[in-house]
Amino acid sequence: MPTSPSLSNPPSTAGSPIRASEGFLRRRALWGSLAGGILFVAAAASVFVTLGIVYVLITESTGFFAQVSLLDFLTDTQWTPVFENARFGVMTLVSATVTVAGIALAVSIPAGLALAMYLSEYARGEVRETVKPFLELLEGVPTVVYGYFTLLFFTPLLQTFIPGLEGFNMLGPGIVMGIMILPYTASVSEDAMRAVPSGLREAGYALGYSRFRVAMRVVVPAAFSGITAAFILGMSRAVGETMVVAIAAGQNPNFSFNPTEGAATITAYIVQMAMGDLPHDSIAYQSVFAAGIVLFIITLTFNLIGFFLRRRYKEVY
Amino acid sequence: MKADVSQAALPDLARIVDANRRTDLIMAGIGISVLIVAMSLLAAVVIDLIVGGWPRLINPDFYLNFPSRHPLQAGILTAWVGTILVMFVTACIAIPLGVGAGVYLEEYAARNWITDFIEINVSNLAGVPSIIYGLLALGLFIHGFGLGETILTAGLVLALLILPVIIVATREAIRGIPLDLREAAYGLGADKWQTVRLYVLPAARPGILTGTIVGLARAIGEAAPVITIGALTFIAFLPPSPLQAHPPFINFEWLESPFTIMPIQMFNWVSRPQAEFHINAAAAGVILMLMTLAMNGVAIWLRYRLRRQVR
Repeated sequence: MPTSPSLSNPPSTAGSPIRASEGFLRRRALWGSLAGGILFVAAAASVFVTLGIVYVLITESTGFFAQVSLLDFLTDTQWTPVFENARFGVMTLVSATVTVAGIALAVSIPAGLALAMYLSEYARGEVRETVKPFLELLEGVPTVVYGYFTLLFFTPLLQTFIPGLEGFNMLGPGIVMGIMILPYTASVSEDAMRAVPSGLREAGYALGYSRFRVAMRVVVPAAFSGITAAFILGMSRAVGETMVVAIAAGQNPNFSFNPTEGAATITAYIVQMAMGDLPHDSIAYQSVFAAGIVLFIITLTFNLIGFFLRRRYKEVY
Repeated sequence: MKADVSQAALPDLARIVDANRRTDLIMAGIGISVLIVAMSLLAAVVIDLIVGGWPRLINPDFYLNFPSRHPLQAGILTAWVGTILVMFVTACIAIPLGVGAGVYLEEYAARNWITDFIEINVSNLAGVPSIIYGLLALGLFIHGFGLGETILTAGLVLALLILPVIIVATREAIRGIPLDLREAAYGLGADKWQTVRLYVLPAARPGILTGTIVGLARAIGEAAPVITIGALTFIAFLPPSPLQAHPPFINFEWLESPFTIMPIQMFNWVSRPQAEFHINAAAAGVILMLMTLAMNGVAIWLRYRLRRQVR
């Protein structure tokens, strides 16, 4: 093509085929690859967030693990970071974390399963479409609000039934958290149930199964990996939830699985330490990151299991 | 029971049908009662907050006063101004980054291990507890980069927190755009970037917008990562105004300013022993809920309208 004056728009020459000038094409290709590059950088940024998290957790806690042996860290049952004779048994915090998350799951599994089964197998389309936005609103309430509610409304309410319940306890936050993650667990398991091909259901009906039997014997087994994923991801949320426990479960490290007692979870401990102004090189400051590593590993494990389980049911159907 | 059916006469069959109907009714009943319990919790939260915070909610000073040691004079002025400024920073960072990553993963990424890795990474980031982001900010932004406990740091950490939400929403919105549209654009001679910029993105805009609003609504209510960077302090002044009377008319000093935000102000008041402060906490909670519910409401409405258009 002969060199023509570079035009930003292809010249409209009536009669002859329209041709874009070389300069225009070159510039377009340049912009195109530039845009592709920038978009790739944006996608790669998410990887750097993960790398950043891992880097910070490791570097900020190396000083900690130089002073506290891993064995003590994992087996001691005292957590007294600011005492003269500081002890760092992370199981103290883990026990509370597990207790609260366990209560949340005990609420969320049966309720979430029933709700998902109802929405996927029983409810008509309009009912489902009306209900889901409300569930999303439940999920949209800030957790600090749930914390207020748990401390000042729900715990006093529970105390009228359970006389020995402390003002700060693990039961109230556990139950509230169970309902809080309900929209999530229910909607992920409902997705899994709805992904079951209707042919399987029809086969069940053709055998004379009732709806309940189809749900229990056909849909739930077929959607099992997805439903499991829902609760594993729910567990991960409960473990990482912060404000409800920081406000209502107390901030006293306490090696206990008794739900009527108050105890600091990993997240509550991090909040408590962050509120005080800790010197950067103190072991108490570094202990925050050591606790953070434990939290990160627990949730990462759950998230990865959940991710692959969900991917599996998506591949099967 | 199976043996029954094969041998039985008709009356038995009717009984089985009846029994099945009953189980169905019971199951539906259980489902609906779970729903009712969940909804009553939501109602209880809302009513408890409104009743608890009413005396402060109806007082205009509450919205215009600085925080104070005296519960009756304390207000949420710094908190709501801080929330707006932090959200602005968050949106400016999270939207371009999140939409860009979403577009890349849907339109550009080749099916290889790098893409796989980025995908697993995004879905894992969505599950990382918010407080871990707080530790990232504390270790990297504050002690590493020396950004300090400022609006910029808070906006940045909340942006990273909601990045996965925006990426996932963008991808879903783009996936919903029919292939025909792209083919038509290519047929007209557009290249990939032109197709994406001029046809795919505008068509996906409502879906992206919905996801972005949901993400920002989540960021507004997040306290944990911002507490971790040490923002739980007594702030009795406003950040410098972004607008000024002399050229260049805007300044960015406010980015460097200490701040507080609504959820932190509320947390601060909840954790005090005096009951008077709990009234303030409830009132702040109502305002915070209004903010997030309004945003979620807009998002739900947008999606509802979008669905009707598609049908």
